[in-house]
Amino acid sequence: MLKVENLVKKYGDKYAVNDISFTIGDNEVVGFLGPNGAGKSTTMNMITGYLSYTSGSVTVDCFEILDNPTEAKKLIGYLPEQPPLYPEMTVEEYLNFVYELKGCTLNRKKHIMEICEVTKIVDIRGRLIKNLSKGYCQRVGIAQALVGNPKIIILDEPTVGLDPKQIIEIRNLIRSLGRDHTVILSTHILAEVQAVCDRILILNKGRLAADERTDELTELMTGTRRIVAQICGNRKEVLESLRALDCVSYAEASKEVHGTDGTVFKIESKNGQDIRKQIFAMCAEKNMPIIGMETVSASLEDVFLSLTQETARKKVKAK
Amino acid sequence: MIAIYKRELYSFFTTPIGYVYIAMFWAVSSFAFCVTTLLAGLDSNMGSYFTYELIIIALMTPLLTMRSFADERRLKTEQLLLTAPVSLPGFVGAKFLASYTMFAGTFLISCINLPIMFSYLSDYYLYHYNVVTAMGSCIALLLVGAAFISIGLLISSLTENQMVAAIGTLTASAALLGASLANNYIGFAPLRAVLRWISIYARFTGFSNGYFDVASLIYYISFALVCLFITVRVYEKRRWA
Repeated sequence: MLKVENLVKKYGDKYAVNDISFTIGDNEVVGFLGPNGAGKSTTMNMITGYLSYTSGSVTVDCFEILDNPTEAKKLIGYLPEQPPLYPEMTVEEYLNFVYELKGCTLNRKKHIMEICEVTKIVDIRGRLIKNLSKGYCQRVGIAQALVGNPKIIILDEPTVGLDPKQIIEIRNLIRSLGRDHTVILSTHILAEVQAVCDRILILNKGRLAADERTDELTELMTGTRRIVAQICGNRKEVLESLRALDCVSYAEASKEVHGTDGTVFKIESKNGQDIRKQIFAMCAEKNMPIIGMETVSASLEDVFLSLTQETARKKVKAK
Repeated sequence: MIAIYKRELYSFFTTPIGYVYIAMFWAVSSFAFCVTTLLAGLDSNMGSYFTYELIIIALMTPLLTMRSFADERRLKTEQLLLTAPVSLPGFVGAKFLASYTMFAGTFLISCINLPIMFSYLSDYYLYHYNVVTAMGSCIALLLVGAAFISIGLLISSLTENQMVAAIGTLTASAALLGASLANNYIGFAPLRAVLRWISIYARFTGFSNGYFDVASLIYYISFALVCLFITVRVYEKRRWA
């Protein structure tokens, strides 16, 4: 459906996007994840044909975006970072304009009504866009991307500016769109990609840092079993005895538990094995009461940070 | 392309700009018409009316073109237009046609006083002007308008600030219009020739004297086309930058 090969965008000597390649199949929901300035928006702008690229290629369903821009653009619905709205138009006028702009051939009234219903903007159809709140503007922006029922929908930070309830609605919408569309969305909210996407592409400093299926990434995160335990006793002693255990790869003392002589310890096991029993046995033996213990699965944040820092570290090494 | 044209035209009337333009154009050109013909008595001169029209058009077209691309950029709506299945020349062409429709419509309606006048006044009062030469001047002005609009669009595409676009266009139009006026102070003959050649005003003197100057018409048309072409290139370049 969408094929990106060795995509490079240079601004002067600076690489905004540096050699990115990936392929996205039909009905896949893919999340672009990355810190600010990672090249998410630039990549999206190149896929949609708004920017051209220094080298590489973007192929949308066998149409090259630079060689066959009109054909390729017909297949894409795009919500840029800032929804492209005309303040002096009403929502309905605006959607009608987009409908004509994209040269759609569907039943106009029915199609626009359907889009308004999915994006929940039926009630505000008659209002001027300049009077809408940020959340509604965002939804009209999404509605605009859906006009013409394009095969690929690209959303640049679709949930920015929405309240929590709206965010959930939009996420549900994206998931339902994923049933018969290819959806690409960018975000820096990790929970969002986890909740919505089948696949995650992590971008960092213009490079592709990871390309994983969401469930695999989640597995990766739960693989190393981490434990947070509250153990009473001398802080130093406990830490030393924890570190002395064979099955512990890493242990660290953090804050004290309020009102007791206990301390919170963060412990990581070797090879991801469950070591709660060993810790209990050790503490019982040395008379260090455990007043709390739970396992923690690594968050996507951790994976993300480790992945992005890894690429940074590699760069330093290379230098 | 038709969608962009329609929206653009529509936006002239959902914002005050369209009304302001039409009202000002009609008011000022009717005033010029009265002063140069009806009130001038024996001195009445259609030629000077058309020269006034030329200046009015130069001063007022920035009002039509200042928003075209600048506002689109400021609102980031150009991202919608440029990612839609519309070619760049189509995009620029639609913008041009919308502004041109506004201009030509307003101008042609303001010409309604000409047939009325011709039906009442004798040739004596009209100096060396008749219906045909007046029509020739109108055609010339329609093409001059195209030239001014295209330079306005070009300058609008270079900035995201409407005011900068308007003032820039005004300066450029004034310079183009009056390039030959500087000739009185220039001793260097080749430069004078170039300025005369460029000057829209100098090229219009033929029409105000009742001649149909085809070379000037071609100049206006080519000027407009070159400006539009550069505008397309500006967009092309921005994509590559």
